[in-house]
Amino acid sequence: MPRIRIDEEHVAAACTRHFSSDTTIANLRRLSGGASRETWSFDAIGADGAPQELVLRRDPGSSIGGTDRSTEFHLLRAAHSAGVPVPEVRFLLSEADGMGAGFVMERIAGETIPRKILRDDQYERARDLLTSQCGKIAAQIHAMSLDDLPALPVQDALTQINQYRAVLDGFGEPHPAFELGLRWLEERAPTNAKEPQLVHGDFRNGNFIVGENGIRSVLDWELAHLGDPIEDLGWLCVKSWRFGNSNLPVGGFGMAKELLDTYAATSGTEVDEERLRYWEVFGTLKWGVICELQGFTHLNGLVRSVELAALGRRVAEMEWDLLELLDA
Amino acid sequence: MPDPETLHDRPSAAELVIAVREYLEQDVMPSTEGRVAFHARVAANVLRMVERELTLAATQTAQESERLVQLLGHEGTIRELTIELAKAIRAGDWDTRQADVHKCVRATVRAKLEVANPEYLLAGDEQ
Repeated sequence: MPRIRIDEEHVAAACTRHFSSDTTIANLRRLSGGASRETWSFDAIGADGAPQELVLRRDPGSSIGGTDRSTEFHLLRAAHSAGVPVPEVRFLLSEADGMGAGFVMERIAGETIPRKILRDDQYERARDLLTSQCGKIAAQIHAMSLDDLPALPVQDALTQINQYRAVLDGFGEPHPAFELGLRWLEERAPTNAKEPQLVHGDFRNGNFIVGENGIRSVLDWELAHLGDPIEDLGWLCVKSWRFGNSNLPVGGFGMAKELLDTYAATSGTEVDEERLRYWEVFGTLKWGVICELQGFTHLNGLVRSVELAALGRRVAEMEWDLLELLDA
Repeated sequence: MPDPETLHDRPSAAELVIAVREYLEQDVMPSTEGRVAFHARVAANVLRMVERELTLAATQTAQESERLVQLLGHEGTIRELTIELAKAIRAGDWDTRQADVHKCVRATVRAKLEVANPEYLLAGDEQ
């Protein structure tokens, strides 16, 4: 596949086309980000001279799992209409733009690096607010009407358990610890009596843009699906997302009770700690499988990277956390 | 200590890995920034992992083999026995012997972490 160059000329042409107004571009730069996704920051200056602060998010090549950019674009638009704090989307890239699949959205100022959010003085006030904000925002996401959403896969616990088993079998490496986790999850899988709801799929510290007053935006909707909404709350509590603050289960900044209380206050759904724990176990397993997948992304030659190679050996950390949870 | 069972000259494999790691830490990391410096640090950590594996491999292999043979009740390579164990857990064959299985699997994962990230085993904080 030919590598697409992102430069000011291409971005300016795309903005001119979609805004129907002559636009010039300044300060185009690539933001740090995942190996499978590219994010670029730039300012678009229209005919009136006023700059718009924007972000371009695109797939460098073929996507590995997750939704495509068009789905993410429509999800963000629906979330914005529903009052969920997300960047406002501006336009979807078209064929004529020559930059592959992607979209442009507003740029929200703030911090996403978890260790800074958890440790810098600047975010001291924010840290007190994050847990209740997470409870409220999660409830808002889960309340979004399915009629407003793009087509998304229904993935309840059992569906995903079987997917992870298939993924593991595909790599051909035996993982007794994962198998113990999968068996435990299978035996306790919630029977979805309720209609599936929107699940963000990657709702965690690291995917929030945080300012002095807490969460300004929820990012990275590419793992969104329909299913049991408590999956999001359990994922938020996975130990890896506490970044060293292991005594604060909610993202390294808060306690489960406050999360569940604020969630109940907005959603009307009371969640007991056992149900939260189920999805925390599930999330720990999911992150373990993703680490293995990233290791194999390197081994298969899809993306050669020492960082991905190292993630392959981080699998043992998630296996350990999983056993700690199962034996607790 | 020199390996009594090698035909190769010094530096040994372990000593070569240390030389490369020191180059990354002392030369590459200080004189680069951004992605390159970050990846140099990741690479240095990977080499520390390799150093630990070279040191611990013989003991860990013997212990793992003994554990699996004892649990499963017959001989086999570590890979064969681990595949058998993973399949049996999935099939639910071990549901009635949970304690034994957990003990064995936990010991294996502990050994993996002793190589991959021994600090993870301490208190569980600050990875």
